Amino acid sequence: MIEVEGLTVRFSGVTPIDRMSVTFPGGTCGLIGPNGAGKTTFFNVLSGFVRPAAGSIRAFGEDLLAMADYKRARWGLRRTFQTEQAIEQLSVFDNVAMIYEHSGVKGAGKRAEVQAAIEFVGMEAPPTAKVGGLGARERRLVEIARAVVGRPRVVLLDEPAAGLPEEETEHLRRVIQTIPEQFGALVVLVDHDMSLVRACCETTAVLDFGRLIASGPTAEVLLDENVIRAYLGTEDIA
Amino acid sequence: MAASRTPGQGAAAAARATFSLDRGSIVRGLAIAVFLAIAIFFLPTIGADWTTTFTSVAIYSVITLGLGLLYGRVGLISLGQVALLVIGVWTATRLSFATDLPFPVLLLLTGAVTCGVGVLIGLPAIRLSGLYLALITLMAAGAVNVVLVAINFPNGGGGFTGRTDTPDLSGLKPVARPSIAEGDTAYYRYVVVVAAVMFLVALLHVRGKPGRAWAAIRESEPAALAAGVNIVLYKLWAFALASFMAGVAGCLLAAQVGQPTAQSFQTQDSLTLLATTLIGGIFSLWGAVVAGCFSQLLPFLFQVQWGINPNFVLILFGAGLLQVLLTAPGGLAQQFPKDMANLGRLVWRGVGKVTGGGSGS
Repeated sequence: MIEVEGLTVRFSGVTPIDRMSVTFPGGTCGLIGPNGAGKTTFFNVLSGFVRPAAGSIRAFGEDLLAMADYKRARWGLRRTFQTEQAIEQLSVFDNVAMIYEHSGVKGAGKRAEVQAAIEFVGMEAPPTAKVGGLGARERRLVEIARAVVGRPRVVLLDEPAAGLPEEETEHLRRVIQTIPEQFGALVVLVDHDMSLVRACCETTAVLDFGRLIASGPTAEVLLDENVIRAYLGTEDIA
Repeated sequence: MAASRTPGQGAAAAARATFSLDRGSIVRGLAIAVFLAIAIFFLPTIGADWTTTFTSVAIYSVITLGLGLLYGRVGLISLGQVALLVIGVWTATRLSFATDLPFPVLLLLTGAVTCGVGVLIGLPAIRLSGLYLALITLMAAGAVNVVLVAINFPNGGGGFTGRTDTPDLSGLKPVARPSIAEGDTAYYRYVVVVAAVMFLVALLHVRGKPGRAWAAIRESEPAALAAGVNIVLYKLWAFALASFMAGVAGCLLAAQVGQPTAQSFQTQDSLTLLATTLIGGIFSLWGAVVAGCFSQLLPFLFQVQWGINPNFVLILFGAGLLQVLLTAPGGLAQQFPKDMANLGRLVWRGVGKVTGGGSGS
C-alpha cells in the first residue's frame, strides 16, 4: 500500500502536483490524466529525482521520501520510463542482471532469477542479444524484466504501451496483469490506453493539472463526470 | 502462464546459450595468447631501440586503458591522466630513492598513492560532466606540472625530501628496476606482464558488476539511479581505477627512464593521449593497445626510423581523430576487423569468380 498525503511539487512558479492525497491499496493501480497532469512528476518524486515542497509518501509503512534515491531500488522500488532506457551496450541478460545486482538480494540465485524475469516477459530475442539491436517491443519487455527482477515491492510503469501496435499491447496486458500475483508487487500503471488501464487496474486515480480529481474502482472512476470533463475539455459540449 | 511466449526453450537451454564458451570467446582467447606470445618472444628480438619503444608502448597502453575505461564505459572525459602519470612517476622515484622496497610493492604502493590523489581530484570533479569535467581535469594537470617544475622534479638527493642543486643529473642514482629484470629486454617483458595484468583487471571490471553499472550510468543517469546504482560511488570507482593504472604506468616509466625529469611530461600530452585513445577505440580493450602504439611507436617510426619531423605525427593524429569522430566511433579496434572482413569477402568473391566461373557468391 502506498499512502500519499498532501504532496506538493513546485518548480519556480509552476505547481505540477498540488496537494495530492491518494492511496494505492495494492494489486495493479491505474494513474491517469491528460498530458501534463503530473503523472510522470509523481513517479519522479517516488524515484527521488524531484524533491517535493510538502507532503509525505508512505510505502508499506515506510517513509519513502526519507530514503536516499539510489537506495529505493534496493528497498524494492522499480520503474520503467516513458522513453525506454534499457542499456544499448549490454546484452538482454546483463541489462536485467544489472538491476538484480543492486537489488540487495543475497545468494546464488542470480542466474536463475534473471533468467526467470526474462522468460516471464516472453522475450523472443536470446538473452545474449545486445539491446542496441532490438526493436521497440523487445526493448519494452527488457525494461519490464528489469522492473520485476530481484523482489520488487512497487513497480511503476510509465506508459509501457505507448507506440505499440494492438497485438503487442495485448501481450503486454497479460504480462502486467500477472506481475502482482507472480512477484507480490504493487503496480502503478500510467497509460493513455484506457482499455489497458481498464483491463489491468482494479483501482484508478485521476490527476488533472496536478490535482487529484477522482479515485476509486476503475469502472466507476472512468464514468466519473469530472474525469470525462478533464479528458474532453471543460466547455459544455451539449 | 499467459505471459510466456517461448514454452519450447527451457531455462537450461537459454542459460547454455548465455554462458557456454561460444566460438567468439575461443577466437578471442587465442588472439590474446598469440598476441602475448609475439609481444614477449618475438618483439624484443628486433633491436635494442625497438625494445625500448615497445616498453613505452606497453606502459602507455596502460594509461590509455584507464582513459578508455573512463570515457568509453562511464562517459567521463579526463584530461588529467598525464598529471596522474607524473604523480606516479614522482611517487615511484621518491619511494625508490628513500626505500629499498621490492619492485612489485613499489608498483602497488605507487598505484595506491596515485589512486588516492585521483580520488581527491575526482571527488569534486565527477559532479561535473562533459566539457566542464574535461576542463577541470586539464587545469589539475596544469597545476601538477607547475608544482613539479617549481620544485625541480625529481630534485635528486636521497630519502623522501633530499635534493641536489647540481643541474647535472648523471651522478644521481637511477630508479631501481626489479631485480629479476634489470636489462632492457627483461624489463620490457616484465612491463608486458604487468600491463597484461592491468588489462585483465580492466576486463574483469568491464565484464562484472561495475562494468554493468558503468554502462547504465553512461546510458542514462536517471535510469541508473532508478536501478539502484550509487552513481557517485561508481564514477569514483572508475576514476580510482584509471588513476591506479596511471600510477602503475608511472612507476614502470620511472624505472624505465631511471632519472625522469619534469620536462618530459607536458600538460598538452593529455590532449594527444585522449586523441590516440579515441583513434584506438574506447569501446574495446584492444583499443588501448592500438592507442599505446599510436602514441609511442608512431613517433619513433617517424623520427628514428624514417627521419621525418615527428610533428607530422600530430597532423596524423588530427586527421585520425576526425576520421574516428565522423565515420568510426568505435575507433581502429572496431573498424579494422570490420574493414578486413569486408576486404576478405571482396577477395573471396574475386577468387570465386576467377576459379568457379562466378558460382561462388
